Amino acid sequence: MTLDELPRGDRAVVTALDIRGGARRRLMDLGLLPGAAVHAELTSPLGDPTAYDVRGALVVLRRDQARAVHVEPEDR
Amino acid sequence: MATPLPTPGVGRASADPDPGGGCASCALAPDAARLARLGLDPGRYSYVVALAGNPNTGKSTVFNALTGLRQHVGNWAGKTVARAEGGFSYGGVGYRIIDLPGTYSLLSASADEDIARDVLLFGRPDVTLVVVDATRLERNLPLVLQIRQITGRVVVALNLVDEARRHGITVDVRHLTRELGVPVVATAARRGEGLPDLLAAIEQVATTDDPPPPMRLVHHDPELERAVAALAEQVAARFPTLPNTRWVALRLLEGDPGIEAAVRDGTLGDLAAPRVAAAEVQG
Repeated sequence: MTLDELPRGDRAVVTALDIRGGARRRLMDLGLLPGAAVHAELTSPLGDPTAYDVRGALVVLRRDQARAVHVEPEDR
Repeated sequence: MATPLPTPGVGRASADPDPGGGCASCALAPDAARLARLGLDPGRYSYVVALAGNPNTGKSTVFNALTGLRQHVGNWAGKTVARAEGGFSYGGVGYRIIDLPGTYSLLSASADEDIARDVLLFGRPDVTLVVVDATRLERNLPLVLQIRQITGRVVVALNLVDEARRHGITVDVRHLTRELGVPVVATAARRGEGLPDLLAAIEQVATTDDPPPPMRLVHHDPELERAVAALAEQVAARFPTLPNTRWVALRLLEGDPGIEAAVRDGTLGDLAAPRVAAAEVQG
C-alpha cells in the first residue's frame, strides 16, 4: 500500500519511493527512506494534508506526495 | 561599529590551568578566563565559524552562549536574507561566527537551505560547527555526513544531552568521534554545559594545518561507481585544486541545479582556492 492509505494512528515501514528527481531527494532528506518507521499522526479537516511522525519529527505531506511512498503496515 | 575589542581576561602566554574544562563553575561560566563574548562586533578576527544544524537543535542557543547575544534568531522563512553574525574571542584570538538557517540537508534546496549550503560550500569557513539534537540523532546525522563529505574542518556539538539523559538516552561520544573522524562534544548549551570543551575543540580544528580529509562514501553499485569516477575525473581536470570532486560528481549525476550552475559559471572554483592563512587575515 502507499502512505496516503495508512489510517490515522497506524504505523508502517517505508519500503520504496516511487518518485524521481528533486521531490525524491526532498522526501529522503526528511527521513523517508526504505526502512524508516512512520506513524500517521494528524489529518487536516479535509483529509489532506496529513502529518506523519518520521524519526522524531513531524513531516506534513500532501496526498499526492504520500502516494509516492510505498509502505508495509505494521501488524496491529 | 568601531567599538574597541574587549581585552581577554588572560593573555595567550599564560598557561591554561584547566585545559579540558569540566569544573563545576566552568560549566556555568564557560572557560571564563579564556572566552570573551564580543556580541555583534567580532572586531578583528582570525577565524570564521559557520554554525549549522537541523531546525530546533539549539543552534541559536549555542550562538548566544558563544557571543553573549540574546537575539532571537529564528526568522529565516521567506526571502529576506539576513545572516545572523557575531563574534567571540578565545585564548586571545578573534572568531567570527555565522548562524545559519536550520537545514536537514545540503542536497535538496528550499531558499533557507540554499543560504546554508552556499556558506558551507563556497564560504569555506575555518570551522563548521554542526549542532545536533542528542534525542534525535538518527534524524540529525545525515547532515553531519553531508558536511563531512565536503570538509574535515568540523566540530559536532551533541546538544540537548540534558534532555537526552532525561529520556534515558546515552550517546557513545567517543565512538561517534571515531566514526566521524572529527571532535564530538556533548553539550547542554542552555545551561552552559560542555562549552569549555566545545571552545577547545573549535580552537583545535581552526588552528590545525592537517584537518582530516573529507569523508568518502563508498558505493557498492559498480555502475554508479564507474560513472562517479569518470565524471570526477572531468571535474578534476576543469578544477584541478578542488578537494572533493567525487562529491561534486555525485551532485551532478543527481541533477542538482545549484551545483550545475556552480560548474557552469565557475564559482565552483571558489571551493578549490587555497585557504587564506590566518595570519594574513589578521594583519
